[in-house]
Amino acid sequence: MRAIEKRFPGVHALRSVRFDLRAGEVHALMGENGAGKSTLMKILTGVYHPDSGEIFVDGKQVTIPGPKAAQDLGISIIHQELYLMNHLTAAQNIYIGREPRKGFGLFVDEAKMNADAAALFKRMNIRIDPSEEVGNMTVARQQLVEIAKALSFNSRVLVMDEPTSALNETEVEHLFAVIQDLKANGVGIVYITHKMDEVKRIADRITVMRDGQTIDTVPAEGTSMARIISLMVGRELADATRAEGTGTETEMLRVAGLNRGKAVKDVSFTLRKGEILGFAGLMGAGRTEVARAIFGADPIDSGEIHVRGKRAMIKSPKDAVTLGLAYLSEDRKHFGLVTPMSVRDNVTMASWQRFTSGRMWMKDAALRKTSKEYVDLLKVKTPTVDQETRLLSGGNQQKVVIAKWLLRDCDILFFDEPTRGIDVGAKAEIYKLLQGLAAQGKSIVVISSEMPEILRLSHRIIVMCEGRITGELDGKTATQESIMTLAAQGWGKAA
Amino acid sequence: MTDTALTHAQPEKPGFFTIATMQKAVAFVVLVALLIFFSVFAANFAAWNNMVNIMQATAVNGVLGVAVTLVIISGGIDLAVGTMMTLTAVMAGIVLTNLGMPLPLGIAGALLSGAAMGGFSGAIIAKLRIPPFIATLGMMQIARGLALVFSGAKPIYFNDTPSYQYISPESSITSLIPGLEIPNGVFVMFGVAIIASIILNRSLLGRYIFALGSNEEAARLSGVNVNFWKIVTYALSGMICGVAGLLVSSRLNSAQPALGLGYELDAIAAAVIGGTSLAGGRGTVLGTIIGAFIMSVLTNGLRVMGVQEEWKIVVTGVIIIIAVYVDIALRKKM
Repeated sequence: MRAIEKRFPGVHALRSVRFDLRAGEVHALMGENGAGKSTLMKILTGVYHPDSGEIFVDGKQVTIPGPKAAQDLGISIIHQELYLMNHLTAAQNIYIGREPRKGFGLFVDEAKMNADAAALFKRMNIRIDPSEEVGNMTVARQQLVEIAKALSFNSRVLVMDEPTSALNETEVEHLFAVIQDLKANGVGIVYITHKMDEVKRIADRITVMRDGQTIDTVPAEGTSMARIISLMVGRELADATRAEGTGTETEMLRVAGLNRGKAVKDVSFTLRKGEILGFAGLMGAGRTEVARAIFGADPIDSGEIHVRGKRAMIKSPKDAVTLGLAYLSEDRKHFGLVTPMSVRDNVTMASWQRFTSGRMWMKDAALRKTSKEYVDLLKVKTPTVDQETRLLSGGNQQKVVIAKWLLRDCDILFFDEPTRGIDVGAKAEIYKLLQGLAAQGKSIVVISSEMPEILRLSHRIIVMCEGRITGELDGKTATQESIMTLAAQGWGKAA
Repeated sequence: MTDTALTHAQPEKPGFFTIATMQKAVAFVVLVALLIFFSVFAANFAAWNNMVNIMQATAVNGVLGVAVTLVIISGGIDLAVGTMMTLTAVMAGIVLTNLGMPLPLGIAGALLSGAAMGGFSGAIIAKLRIPPFIATLGMMQIARGLALVFSGAKPIYFNDTPSYQYISPESSITSLIPGLEIPNGVFVMFGVAIIASIILNRSLLGRYIFALGSNEEAARLSGVNVNFWKIVTYALSGMICGVAGLLVSSRLNSAQPALGLGYELDAIAAAVIGGTSLAGGRGTVLGTIIGAFIMSVLTNGLRVMGVQEEWKIVVTGVIIIIAVYVDIALRKKM
């Protein structure tokens, strides 16, 4: 792939990216969230079309108009989430849409299909019963079925997106063995991962992406972890503004020994009045899960939550809101806003009960007046408060959600990826807003995968990895490297 | 990646022709067109007597349509409205005829039993997390069975309570304006529609109904007691079914326990023709009333034209599909 360019509205997603893959090699593709790895792979597999650039397969230039074309060229992808039909057997999944027929093409030749699948599994050196229902298999075995399916198309290029994220140690070993076999058969593998130790073990070369560019391609052998991290993090902080002050000493929230399934393990921390506490970590580190658990959106297994020094029993978001907690989801459209409803209704939603006469009838004039005040206060750009929220830009939608919680008198605010999907200009405005809120004495938790954002906003930084807190850093002295080291540290070890 | 989140919709002025008003306008135009068509091509269609027939016939379906509209906007569905209606009628019969109590208690019996059953459906859906379609499918059979059990599978007549006639077929307005004869049931329907419309647009419950139907999870994360409001919605809907029960039994002067099956489909059809989205979050009571009128005008007009009974059913089906297609086509343009 050469000089690949891709723009989305507002973002230059890929800038003259180059990437090459040799037959029989494992080529790791690494980079922070949003570096452009997935976009690049979507172009390779025909999901997106590049704005410009060239793609060569076996030395011949090709265009890949769609996933089917990619398949015909022998390019397959194993997604992080598996796309299998649980109630069908392994063989049925592999040959879906191209089943061998018999009886004038009216019936599926199950026997031949199972035999073909068995042959495929044998070639991969794995033992799976072709007639077993996929839904009854472990995730690891389901993944092997996906790989088998890819190979059944005679794939010569296999893209694996974080294939080990749901596997345990033995299963990872097994997968690596399969990968070694594939390599030996001349299949080229693009391996997307965050896990350093895996890269060291199976990759032949490593390409690091950052900000939509390929930074460097290095041989895996003889390249240190530290070097890869510095390549991934790269840039010095463009603007070195850091959070002012430290917040106060008053403890607003204390969480002790919080556990929830595999996602949150023994998480303890405190949040002070007027403080911005950053939660850093890679995707899937469990930060969102911590926030949702505290907020009562998901049930917890164990742990204590103290709000303003008092033990709090939070069983539902309603309990949390009553205590002055607010959670602003990264996915505003699904969890933050009722987008077909007006700005007025969204701003006031958490406080509707307050705007009724006799707890029955809505006082629409008061609703309009109050929502107008908050829209002006936060400078939400909307023609009227009656505008449907879905018509607002991302930054303005975020402000509507913030207004909702301020109106509800919430003073402990969890911001999950507060600037996701928001363009650069609006980002600065949101930052200023958050800092202003902290200065007014609100306590804020910022969960973000963008390190400059964490460094710019946080008084203190907590780093999580695989559901655990792996360290706490001072906002003034933390660096991208120190965060990344903590964020990647637990990978592989805790499995 | 973040490409979808990055599409910036320019803020635009809310237009006068919103989807909701367009939909209602379309339904209304269709209704007027049907009225004109049948007036021209069906002799006696436009006679006042026939108009009264149509209104009378619309009353029950209109009220049931309103009941199911509330639930559909909240993101649910209620298949039990028809048989719940029957059960409430039987309850009124038991209170008035079997127990010989006065009329107001009979009315209360119908409304309260409706609310109780609706609330029960709501509780099953909210607390046990059974999908509304399944929960109310079960409730449909429960109500149908109970109506037969309580009545001994025999109609209960209201001969001891002559005033029961005043709920639907009698025309009280005639005493005010001599010569004008409109059955009371028609006024009951419009009354229910107006009250439901006010609740939907002006009350806290109404606001929650729209929020639940548009994005239940966002409402929950805003601290809304989602389960409670769901139960209230189904209970209110059940109570309105009680009104329908009173109307239908008053008109027949009897609670017919075998009646009711199939009414839920007509009610849902009225709501859908009137622009209520089965996906929730969108719909109006006025639209549903227009939808109910479209259905009864069609049935009545085709009958007056002498079209075979069976064909009328076919036409109703076609109308439902066209109505939903128009809805989809309109929304694509917006």
